[in-house]
Amino acid sequence: MASLTVHDLVVRYGARRAVDGLSFEAPEGAVTALIGPNGAGKTSTVEACVGLRRPTSGTIEVLGTKVPGPDRAMSQLHAHVGVMLQDGGLYATARPLAMLTHVARLYPAPRDPAELLMAMGIDPDTRTPLRRMSGGEQRRVAAAAALVGRPRLVFLDEPTTGLDAVARRTFHDLIRRYVDEGLSVVLTTHLMDDVERLADTVVVVAAGRAIRVGTVADLTGDEDSVRFTAPMHLDTSDLTAALPPGSTVEEAPPGRYHVTGNLDPLALSTVTAWCGQHGVATKDIHLGKASLEDVVVDLVGDM
Amino acid sequence: MTTSPSGRTLDQARWETGLLLRNGEQLLLTIAIPLGILLVLGVTDVLPVDSGGATGSDRIASALGVVMAVTVISSGFTSLAIATAFERRSGALRFLGTTPLTRGELLGGKLLATLSVTAISVVITTVTALLLGWRPTAGAGWSIVALALGVAAWVPWGLALGGSLRAEAVLAIANGVFLVILMFGGVVIPASSLPGPLDILVAYLPSGALVDGLSSALLLGQPDGVAMVILLAWTTAGTLVATRVFRWS
Repeated sequence: MASLTVHDLVVRYGARRAVDGLSFEAPEGAVTALIGPNGAGKTSTVEACVGLRRPTSGTIEVLGTKVPGPDRAMSQLHAHVGVMLQDGGLYATARPLAMLTHVARLYPAPRDPAELLMAMGIDPDTRTPLRRMSGGEQRRVAAAAALVGRPRLVFLDEPTTGLDAVARRTFHDLIRRYVDEGLSVVLTTHLMDDVERLADTVVVVAAGRAIRVGTVADLTGDEDSVRFTAPMHLDTSDLTAALPPGSTVEEAPPGRYHVTGNLDPLALSTVTAWCGQHGVATKDIHLGKASLEDVVVDLVGDM
Repeated sequence: MTTSPSGRTLDQARWETGLLLRNGEQLLLTIAIPLGILLVLGVTDVLPVDSGGATGSDRIASALGVVMAVTVISSGFTSLAIATAFERRSGALRFLGTTPLTRGELLGGKLLATLSVTAISVVITTVTALLLGWRPTAGAGWSIVALALGVAAWVPWGLALGGSLRAEAVLAIANGVFLVILMFGGVVIPASSLPGPLDILVAYLPSGALVDGLSSALLLGQPDGVAMVILLAWTTAGTLVATRVFRWS
């Protein structure tokens, strides 16, 4: 069952379509990651889903409630939904525990604010106001504010931006624990580490549309390939001929070459030899499965 | 934990009141400046006071009316507009828009917080006036009605300003309006001392009507019906404007 269903969503800013017919579902008790380039429409989608932005057209259903809706219906829905905005969202002059305690009081069955802050690596007894905390610390408090209401569904918009590696791992572990307890998560991020460690489903968004949906494994595939970057539009017919039968060489997007098929241990040396013979300066050559970042760059670059 | 609309409104009011009382600039506007004006107007004759030529207790009563009006305008308009604008800029209001708190509950919380801070300031200035020799007349309680109507008239305009423009612009405009209203809105300089037709015009401003209502209660011990109607009209107009222009971010 889906905790969130978005169908044919359009969000326009004047003449520009930030979201242009986006459709996807976020399953219950799982992490759904929306990934894609800047300006793809991810944040506009999140804002529409939580009632901060009115869609131009399309339908959104959050935990069985149509969004947007009347104030009273949205209030009842928000009792079960947490939101971490892409930036800000905190009272600058307040201390973390004071703000979190106030936010907790707005929900029917909140988590303990002090425990949550400790889990996020923030000292609940700190007297430092939020405006004097580092960017990473503020993001952790914002994440805690999104989770303190014990939501069934939480939207996390670039939650780990500005977090150090340790804090990111702590955050991943905490989210994974809550997901194991039944929490549904819609995550937007540019950090593939977040996606690979957290996401059960990945929605690749570009130009306001979903261009690919699947698990990380679905997207990356399990087929080995040789991938390298070189000048655009090279004639690779004799490289194909030099490779074992069944191998193919594709250029997508321009300047990025993928050699797939029946790759034997000599494939990599065949490619480098071909490059040497043709005076082609290569960068980033490697043999193995494509990373998620490779896949996203290829998908977005193809558009 | 809170699940009822009234409970959330009270929680928000408590939170907003705490923020106001911890903010030094807000305290300066809502408590220190009104107290300073009371001392200047009540004890010295640096500025004219519209007390019908009376002296002593009446002079302090008239000054107290002015000070209460200053308190209402500073807390209900200037402080509220500036605080709201900076909360918008920090994204705090956008975040609250994703919690169970509704827009009506947020605005109700801000109104109650403003009333609370105004009440604290009024208590401080009233005690100071008593210490300076003011003796309230029977019927001075009407001033509480005038104060409540004054807050209701100014708060929507504070929210309309703070909820529509950039924080820096709100800071400049709210302080500018505060100073202009103080000097030429029938507050510090009495309407009767202003050149015509300003003296007639200011009676229809929320500042002039508020001072008239407070003066009538404190000096004569009776309500000023016209002033109350004018304040109610500003409340209605302000509410209509605020609901149209207020933005969460």
